[in-house]
Amino acid sequence: MDFSFTEEEEAFRKEVHDWIKKETPQRWFELDPLFWEETDESWAISREFQQKLGRKGWLAPAYPKQYGGSGMSHMKRLILAEELGYNKAPVGIEMEVAVNWVGPDLLLFGSEEQKQKYALGIAKGDLVICLGYSEPNAGSDLASLQTTAVQEDDEYVINGNKIWTSYAHYADYCWLAARTDPNAPRKYDGISMFVVDMKTPGITIHPLINLMNRHSFNEVFFDNVRIPKENLVGKKNNGWYELMIALDSERSGIGYAATFQRILEELVEYAKERKCHKDPIIRQKLAEMAVEIEVSRMMCYRIAWMFSRDLHPSYESSMSMVFTSELLRRLADVGMDIAGPYGQLERDSKWAVLQGRIERLCLNCLSIGVGGGSNEIQRNIIAQRGLGLPRK
Amino acid sequence: MDIGLSEEQEILKTAARDFLTKECPKKLVKELDESDKGYSLELWRKMAELGWMGLVFPEEYDGGGGTFLDLVVLLGEMGYNILPGPFFPTIVLGGLPILKAGSEEQKRKFLPRIARGELILTMALTEPSASYDASSITVKASPRNGNYSINGTKLFVTDANVADYLLCVARTKETANPKTGITIFVVDAKNPGIKCTLLKTLARDKQNEVVFDNVSVPKESILGDVDQGWPVIQDTLEKAAVAKCAEMVGGAQAALEMAVNYAKERIQFNRPIGTFQAVQHYCANMVADVDGARYITYKAAWELNEGLPATKSVAIAKAWVGDAYQRVTILGHQIFGGIGFTMDHDMHLYYRRAKAGAMAFGNSNFHREVVAKELGL
Repeated sequence: MDFSFTEEEEAFRKEVHDWIKKETPQRWFELDPLFWEETDESWAISREFQQKLGRKGWLAPAYPKQYGGSGMSHMKRLILAEELGYNKAPVGIEMEVAVNWVGPDLLLFGSEEQKQKYALGIAKGDLVICLGYSEPNAGSDLASLQTTAVQEDDEYVINGNKIWTSYAHYADYCWLAARTDPNAPRKYDGISMFVVDMKTPGITIHPLINLMNRHSFNEVFFDNVRIPKENLVGKKNNGWYELMIALDSERSGIGYAATFQRILEELVEYAKERKCHKDPIIRQKLAEMAVEIEVSRMMCYRIAWMFSRDLHPSYESSMSMVFTSELLRRLADVGMDIAGPYGQLERDSKWAVLQGRIERLCLNCLSIGVGGGSNEIQRNIIAQRGLGLPRK
Repeated sequence: MDIGLSEEQEILKTAARDFLTKECPKKLVKELDESDKGYSLELWRKMAELGWMGLVFPEEYDGGGGTFLDLVVLLGEMGYNILPGPFFPTIVLGGLPILKAGSEEQKRKFLPRIARGELILTMALTEPSASYDASSITVKASPRNGNYSINGTKLFVTDANVADYLLCVARTKETANPKTGITIFVVDAKNPGIKCTLLKTLARDKQNEVVFDNVSVPKESILGDVDQGWPVIQDTLEKAAVAKCAEMVGGAQAALEMAVNYAKERIQFNRPIGTFQAVQHYCANMVADVDGARYITYKAAWELNEGLPATKSVAIAKAWVGDAYQRVTILGHQIFGGIGFTMDHDMHLYYRRAKAGAMAFGNSNFHREVVAKELGL
């Protein structure tokens, strides 16, 4: 048993830390965007940063080298994720989705041409790919999606609409799940995956304003959108299984514990500023956060360690996501406790503290644990797949 | 980074699981719980033959040369099968402090006999003030005729009623700093001035009131240096907290498995209750508690084993695991429904131990305060 990192790994951590510090523009800290708070300006910064990461092979380090990865070990990937999180690096939801959900699917099921064009583009940070999964009537029950893709000679014709499509308004492509066989006996068996050029005629993007009062996600309408049949990824009607494998493998959010560690440190400093750090209740709450962040970190380490031993997590990733997401809500709460009424103040209000971060965190934390697989679904997965409890 | 057990540890774990499953059935646990003695001599001897008592002591003292991590693995299995008896205090509160602070003579006197299962030890530390601070030590040891005379009351002393020796933590000097002036004495329990009264506790663990009435002990019984005992106690408390976490992790794992197995079998509304989402979600919450507890304990144990500063990790582990074990057993009771609220059933054996374990060596509030200090608050 050994909870330490090797000398080489520690050196890598320092290298990453220094690089992030050097490459993050000061303006990023002034903007201080949390997830869902992208503006055109913050988007531009994070895109540039991700391209720099991509050139180092650090944007999608798990991908094979010929597709823009760096053959990085699992432990180093953990370290990289931790440093990106802890140092508030300019990475956004788009990196998470493209690198961790879309790319792996392409690498597993795509043609060589598709891998070269899209997976490599993701890894270099050149391509923005949004996720066409959820629909107004297909959230947790994603398999009941209704967007259709009908083959007509050399094309597929797409009709339908997607919702919660983050950064569709910035995206080059959409990674689309559509129904190719409405007559399949099981809803899971009639779905296929496609790459759709967002400039294709017939696509309309309608902004949705999120709880952070920002335009981050969208409703996307497909009205007789024609795409080449080569844009089918993998096998026709095999899309559900392709999608599930990707959702499984990277649900871990292994850098989040480090992100929360940073938040906690800032709250500790703030508590001292507010002179409530001797209050026994505040001490207990901050200590409990330190305890839970450490537990969250252990869950992340365990996943990285399992992968490094070629053990495939079954429920461990879901468990980590559930725990981490609910921890963030508690952390936001503790922030409010410390800030008192100041915690209510929005960023640009007179008397606002910490750039309104606490107020923003309280809103922001409502999405984690819902998006990307709600905690209810995750708990079902833990119980059924992890503990063998019966479905019916 | 390797957060798994070594091959030898896996072997130890499996062997201990098999042995205790066979030799320590719940029927025996319940009998021992209701007895005053609290352990089976026959089982104790078998454990000694397996080398369990000697596990963490160096081979030169007839031990197995194992590490603190090995002990954590073994304690996990003892917690899984809720083995009653004085193994914990003998090794963790007796043997380990002697190993750390004893003179060569003391180590030769006690450790081989501990390793062979010939001695039971415990530590008389807490007093009626029920705190783990140095200032809580008021039992006095005064020099008298070249010896020391110990007077005062210790409380919540585990297995004092069966111990051969008590490590009595007493105050030998009043100073401005309560952490100095504390001395550890290895006291023969047969001393006529010692009176043990068994307390009746929730977990049926044999905690005692121990009254010291002019108990005369020779200078040679001092462990380490006079007035310098508190650092040894602090070290002991850190190891004891993590050792207790190890037991609790094992117990929580067992409680989880019992509840999940029941959820698969118990039929209501024509289906196993494990198909209901509420029950599935309880189980999902339990496994997060158990897995979190396991790795947070391993981390603290590893740091202690490496001799790294471990105060923060120990406090984090103890704060978490105590709360986690309680949450798991409460949900366990919820899943078992009515049948779980009977003495005949087994879940309460774990619940009681969760409560006691959470309390031992500082409860979660105590350890959170340690974490707060470590955060610089």
